[in-house]
Amino acid sequence: MRLTTKVQPSSDSFKVNRAAHLALLEQARQAAEFAAQGGGEPARQRHASRGKLLPRDRIANLLDAGSPFLEVGATAAHGMYDNAAPGAGLIAGVGRVHGTEVMVVANDATVKGGTYYPMTVKKHLRAQEIAEECHLPCVYLVDSGGANLPNQDEVFPDRDHFGRIFYNQSRMSAKGIPQIAAVMGSCTAGGAYVPAMADVSIIVRGQGTIFLAGPPLVRAATGEVVTAEDLGGADVHTRLSGVADYLAEDDLHALALARRAVRSLNRPARPLPTGEAPAHDPEDILGIVPADLRTPYDIREVIARIVDGSRLDEFKARFGETLVTGFAEVMGQPVGVVANNGVLFSEAAQKGAHFIELCSQRQIPLVFLQNITGFMVGRRTENEGIARHGAKMVTAVATTSVPKVTVIVGSSFGAGNYGMAGRAYSPRFLWTWPNSRVSVMGGEQAATVLATVRREGIERAGGQWSPEEEVEFKRPTQEMFDRQSHPLYASARLWDDGIIDPRKTREVLALSLHAALHAPIEPTRFGVFRM
Amino acid sequence: MFSRILIANRGEIACRIIDTARRLGVETVAIFSDADASARHVAMADHAIRIGPPPALDSYLNSPAILAAARATGSQAIHPGYGFLSENPDFAEAVAQAGLVFIGPGATAIRAMGLKDAAKALMEQAGVPVVPGYHGGDQSPERLAREAGRIGYPVLIKAVAGGGGKGMRRVADPAQFSEALASARREAQNAFGNDAVLVERYVATPRHVEVQIFGDGTRAIHLFERDCSLQRRHQKVIEEAPAPGMTEAMRQAMGQAAVRAAEAIAYVGAGTVEFIVDASDGLHPDRFWFMEMNTRLQVEHPVTEAITGLDLVEWQLRVAAGEPLPLRQEDLSIRGHAVEARLYAENVPAGFLPATGRLTRLMFPQGIRVETGVREGDAISPWYDPLIAKLIAHGPTRQSALERLAAALARTQVVGCETNLAFLSALLRHEAFRAGHPDTGLIERDLSALTLAAPPPPEVAAQAVLVAASPVEGVLAGFHLWSPLAQRIELRWSGNPVSCGLVVDGPDWASIAVDGRAFTATRSAGIWRVDGSPVFDTLAVLGEITVFAGVLGTFTFQIPDPLDRQIPGTGAEVTLSPMPGLVRAVLVAPCQDVTQDAPLIVLEAMKMEHTLTAARNGRVAEVLASEGAQVEAGVPLVRLEPADD
Repeated sequence: MRLTTKVQPSSDSFKVNRAAHLALLEQARQAAEFAAQGGGEPARQRHASRGKLLPRDRIANLLDAGSPFLEVGATAAHGMYDNAAPGAGLIAGVGRVHGTEVMVVANDATVKGGTYYPMTVKKHLRAQEIAEECHLPCVYLVDSGGANLPNQDEVFPDRDHFGRIFYNQSRMSAKGIPQIAAVMGSCTAGGAYVPAMADVSIIVRGQGTIFLAGPPLVRAATGEVVTAEDLGGADVHTRLSGVADYLAEDDLHALALARRAVRSLNRPARPLPTGEAPAHDPEDILGIVPADLRTPYDIREVIARIVDGSRLDEFKARFGETLVTGFAEVMGQPVGVVANNGVLFSEAAQKGAHFIELCSQRQIPLVFLQNITGFMVGRRTENEGIARHGAKMVTAVATTSVPKVTVIVGSSFGAGNYGMAGRAYSPRFLWTWPNSRVSVMGGEQAATVLATVRREGIERAGGQWSPEEEVEFKRPTQEMFDRQSHPLYASARLWDDGIIDPRKTREVLALSLHAALHAPIEPTRFGVFRM
Repeated sequence: MFSRILIANRGEIACRIIDTARRLGVETVAIFSDADASARHVAMADHAIRIGPPPALDSYLNSPAILAAARATGSQAIHPGYGFLSENPDFAEAVAQAGLVFIGPGATAIRAMGLKDAAKALMEQAGVPVVPGYHGGDQSPERLAREAGRIGYPVLIKAVAGGGGKGMRRVADPAQFSEALASARREAQNAFGNDAVLVERYVATPRHVEVQIFGDGTRAIHLFERDCSLQRRHQKVIEEAPAPGMTEAMRQAMGQAAVRAAEAIAYVGAGTVEFIVDASDGLHPDRFWFMEMNTRLQVEHPVTEAITGLDLVEWQLRVAAGEPLPLRQEDLSIRGHAVEARLYAENVPAGFLPATGRLTRLMFPQGIRVETGVREGDAISPWYDPLIAKLIAHGPTRQSALERLAAALARTQVVGCETNLAFLSALLRHEAFRAGHPDTGLIERDLSALTLAAPPPPEVAAQAVLVAASPVEGVLAGFHLWSPLAQRIELRWSGNPVSCGLVVDGPDWASIAVDGRAFTATRSAGIWRVDGSPVFDTLAVLGEITVFAGVLGTFTFQIPDPLDRQIPGTGAEVTLSPMPGLVRAVLVAPCQDVTQDAPLIVLEAMKMEHTLTAARNGRVAEVLASEGAQVEAGVPLVRLEPADD
């Protein structure tokens, strides 16, 4: 049955909501466009004057014409490092080459020579993680000076630092997930291992270099004077060293060779998903979702604008009503939808666990629409064991083997984040809307908690605390929470895979699921449910 | 009427004859060479007989084999079409001796008209005007000047041994005659060692106007005139009927002259009397002169059919079968105007070299007469005339006929070989021609403008980009989170790179940049439409995209293979065959040093010998062709390497 709608686009609230969302969207768009410009106009011109394609143009010419490009971490490092590393100097995303989905990881040499900041490493590893979980072949378009030396302590030594890139490459290769590298610029020091560890590597003549130590370091270490080209140029590596396999004349040639390498993988092309459009216009989402996160609304109005034909086979509609669960399709791909429709009570948590069990048994991927301020608090719920019921849902979310895709459409506070497949629960993809907020609790609640503790301390000591003093005390906490829970702050740190336009949620989910379904779904073995 | 005839021809004319024969209930026998085994005329005919290997001498000119085929199939008559054996009196004779009917005039008439000078004398006797001139032995200046006065100024003094314009002078004024004569003689003496000259009437703005005649052996009638002035090196390109600017008096004069010519040789069947007309001051009944008579059906006969409503092949069959001429002169009248264009497989920019190839697309518009001997998928072979088709437009006025022909050419689609389609369209746009002033020098005079290959308009390139890229389909096409990706698309047109950009911005929306111009395009029902431009039909085969852009022309783009990057050598190192042909002679051997422009290979193509020369100094590294080999266009023949100094 189709979901019906009560939305009135002519209402004042619709218009107010829409205006507020458009303003937030504009903010996100500007951040994304700033990142897409990389190191700025002079650096871009310098790059192009060497006959090199800009990284986004490289990706465009690698992918099939009109291929969807599901970009990951588009605004990574936003506002970090004094804005010195737009997009963290790396572009990553899922696109199609000869009809095969691949994960593309492209260095942006216009950003500090493509060197790796801590967020660059994190983004590279995140892209590899997606590729590994989804069994997507990786194509690395390498143009990087290696680790960013001033940040070496946060780039080199730890488990999830630079070395993990090559660890991942070899682990993926072992799993039969192809690794293809095209060296289109520098590839120095640790970076040299990207092509060296790849299954197939391509290098551009007069442009690509691969060496463990560049000419300056060689001279310092041994006194040998050698040019970059003689040390590790394309001719050397394709003719003498065998570090690279194919010689390319220029960027376009290298990309054509990379395309051919993908074609030679002998992986079947998969048609892009398609399906009946929703009966209700996704454009309405901006007017439906209240500008103020605290205003409740019916999440079914959003589901009706995401799923095929606005059809939802709602499960247990009359029980635990603050959680909406049900079966639907997103561009022909069956999904189990788990969506918040208020604070989580015990019944809702039990219903959620039940539904996840159903989906796991049927091998149906899960889509979480998060708008959750948390589990219900208070004596009654604690006493009836909400932690026990919540744990059931968290266990189900954590241990199910079906792919999970999460979209934070509103609040994502506290344990609700866990139960609804937050970042720590390894959804295949996690996207956020521009109006979303993620933190351990709401800023106001956090400030109030701290103020309450403070007031108790003052009053225990016989002191007085005026309401004005309390407001003043609460402000910095509230401001900190506001700043840190902002989606751009979150995305900058890759707590998610990116901010999306709410109107494109259906497409993002379709592509996320399509990518996720590259990998076979393993049978689920749940942990112990606290009954 | 015959019950079965053999058609000793191929291509469009064979098909044309079969059409009429079939309508009349006459069975047809086609002959074919090995190159034509699956040709259209073979498929159309009731019977078909192999006649020999591809060379015309062994097949379509092989009269013993043709006669044997006629006997073997019980054919009663042989239609020779045009070209090949159609004007061969020995063949006509042999056909008659074999007891069969030659559909055409007898050997006597063919012989009479075959010797051009004798034919002129014959015509003069019959009262047909010939170009006035003096060809006599008395070379005294006084006699020559007197003859010039008789002929009428302007006159042309020509060296008897002449050629190439040497020893040739145009004289407009009697006062200048003796000086011009002296100078022409000096030049002739120097050039040819012979200072004998002849004097002829100078035809200032010559037009080629011919009259279609039909004879039954005693009586002849004419079916009005055709103007075939648009020629390139004596090859007709566009023909029309009636002749523009023709007056009734002139038509009568020409028609009567043509009838006299035919009756003088007791002509039987269809023939054409060709005249040269001085159009420098409009058309005048006293300014046309006999040139020659073609004793066969002409290529351009359909324009006459269009304006008279007759079927000339039917008339040929009836007359050959002994029936009287179906109509009398007074029964004939002209209805409207007709124009024919000859669509050839030829490389116009390369100097109208014959082209070959397989027709991956061949489509003609409805509502216009098309005569063709090939179908989509057929090949234009190097063995025969590269005519693809004739398009014949008919309308109430010349203007309407020209417009119909232009519109038809704009909607004609040919892919697989170079054609003169754009050249034909350019001719139809030519101002003097449109205004009704064709002359035989028009094409040569404006050749560069007529053959200028205009680069594709950017909206046409934009359409090609969409075909070349063939963007992903479906609702997810062009999906992006914030800003779309811009792809580079490299095309080539006529050897020049066309750099384009493509941004697919959604399932059915794209923007394209060509030469700094931006276009948006939308897709509906799978078809891309470039904004502000009609949807052009396109064809993509073998790394090429052809855009049929209607009146803008047809443009073929190459899609360079991005992987094809290591092309060894440059044009200077390898000599390629410029056209399909036969290697007549190999003039060099490996290890031989050659200088620039030294002859390397003699290639025979379309009855012409082409000498291929070295592009630079060097040593012959390899000779890749041997004498007698048949080669396609673009085949490497000789490879040079640097000579040791």
